Amino acid sequence: MIGLATSIGRGLRGKLGDWGWSARLLGALLLHLGACLRRFVLVREQIFFLGNRSLSLIGVSGLFVGFVLALQGYYTLQRYGSAEAVGLLVALSLVRELGPVVTALLFAGRAGTSLTAEIGLMKAGEQLAAMEMMAVDPVKRVLAPRFWGGVIAMPFLAAVFSAVGILGGWLVAVPLIGIDAGSFWSQMQGGVDVWADVGNGVIKSVVFGFTVTFIALLQGYNCKPTPEGVSAATTRTVVMASLATLGLDFVLTAMMFSI
Amino acid sequence: MAFTDPNSSNNVRPLIEVKGVTVGYGDRVILKDVNVSLPRGKVLALIGSSGGGKTTLLRLLTRQLRPQTGQVLFDGQDLAPMDQTALYAQRRRMGMLFQFGALFTDLSVFENVAFPLREHTRLSEPMIRDLVLMKLNAVGLRGARDLMPNEVSGGMARRVALARAIALDPDLVLYDEPFAGLDPISLGVTARLIRDLNDALGLTSVIVSHDIHETFGIADHVVMVANGGVVAQGTPDELRNSQDPLVHQFVNAQSDGPVRFHQPAKPVREDFGLPQETAA
Repeated sequence: MIGLATSIGRGLRGKLGDWGWSARLLGALLLHLGACLRRFVLVREQIFFLGNRSLSLIGVSGLFVGFVLALQGYYTLQRYGSAEAVGLLVALSLVRELGPVVTALLFAGRAGTSLTAEIGLMKAGEQLAAMEMMAVDPVKRVLAPRFWGGVIAMPFLAAVFSAVGILGGWLVAVPLIGIDAGSFWSQMQGGVDVWADVGNGVIKSVVFGFTVTFIALLQGYNCKPTPEGVSAATTRTVVMASLATLGLDFVLTAMMFSI
Repeated sequence: MAFTDPNSSNNVRPLIEVKGVTVGYGDRVILKDVNVSLPRGKVLALIGSSGGGKTTLLRLLTRQLRPQTGQVLFDGQDLAPMDQTALYAQRRRMGMLFQFGALFTDLSVFENVAFPLREHTRLSEPMIRDLVLMKLNAVGLRGARDLMPNEVSGGMARRVALARAIALDPDLVLYDEPFAGLDPISLGVTARLIRDLNDALGLTSVIVSHDIHETFGIADHVVMVANGGVVAQGTPDELRNSQDPLVHQFVNAQSDGPVRFHQPAKPVREDFGLPQETAA
């Protein structure tokens, strides 16, 4: 019994230590915003690396999601004689929900794993230790630009996903199914509110960018500096970032439901 | 024990002083009550068997580790209680060569050497270019400036790392296993380079190495670390002629001695399931 209590206590103390360490890292990343703005070139490189290089994946995925949404939407709406509303359904689904969420999941798989592996391998190759020995803070020089680069890139990627998805929906609904183009666009224009709907998606994508990038950096910076350690950290990034995205999506949707 | 240089005046403070340091991981003590002192301008070699605490001592000197008790003084200042700003101010006066160079793999040779200059100075681009080429020239790699780290050999990578370590003209350079895995030519070149740079730039150097021949050839003073402490120190000749069995075994690379070749284990017959010998 005492042994069980001891092991629970030890595990809890270890977890508290991990959380404290993570909170300190998050605090440091937030505090280094000023330094990142002063050397914005470092953030710009990361926006290019994390954002531009994810564009093809995000664009193609958005297109296919738009195709499917239009087909499924038409299947449901035509039962009620509202097939013209398929444009509105595609747009609302994308900007309020699927754009931010699917982009965050793809971002975790594409950019998140890349960040974790990069930081983990830098740690394994003693590059971070070498930086510290050169009196350069790796959190400020390496992690913070990547963090803010991810936070900035994510809403733009979500916007691209939604825009391409809407084009995909149009391709299926108008040329393929034959819905009137005017109805498709006018229903969308009339039904999508910039603040309530697009703003909702933007807030979500910023929160997801913050969460996914932080988890990826934390896992990389905290990993064991071995091949197995980097591999395990990369896996944890995908699992934790995906679950955090889906969990936060519910919380944010509930919070913004009345907006 | 302190290493005192007969040629230096007594009132010059040693660059490094390790005073009564004990350090370990958790309950495991790695070094106990270690005292080492290093005058400026000299080359100190730390030798000893694997796991003996050499790298731990090196990490103490740069405060990658803090001692549990005792003090590590760099130019008279205790490193342990320093905050990050004060510590980084001291580390700007140190350079460290990691075992495999630890070059930034996404930067070219030139940019690796320029990295500390770009981070810590506001020098103009032409000035940075000249300084980097001078440092690369000092290690014989001016012609490799445009190569990436994956395009240079292990020996060259270490020389690039050495150029990077001396980029800010440090007072102290620390070398962690600088000869490991090098071919004989690279090994000789690296050893000569360490000594020449130390003398030409007025550095103070600390080398952790297993290579007795090369290390003894360039060191002014050798400290042997084993069994959680300093077991011997002196000039290379003093250690070569030491009658201490542990020092003798290590310096002459003997497989058996105070450090056993075999780890303690069950009797061979028992492990291989052979019948016990019976008395005739």
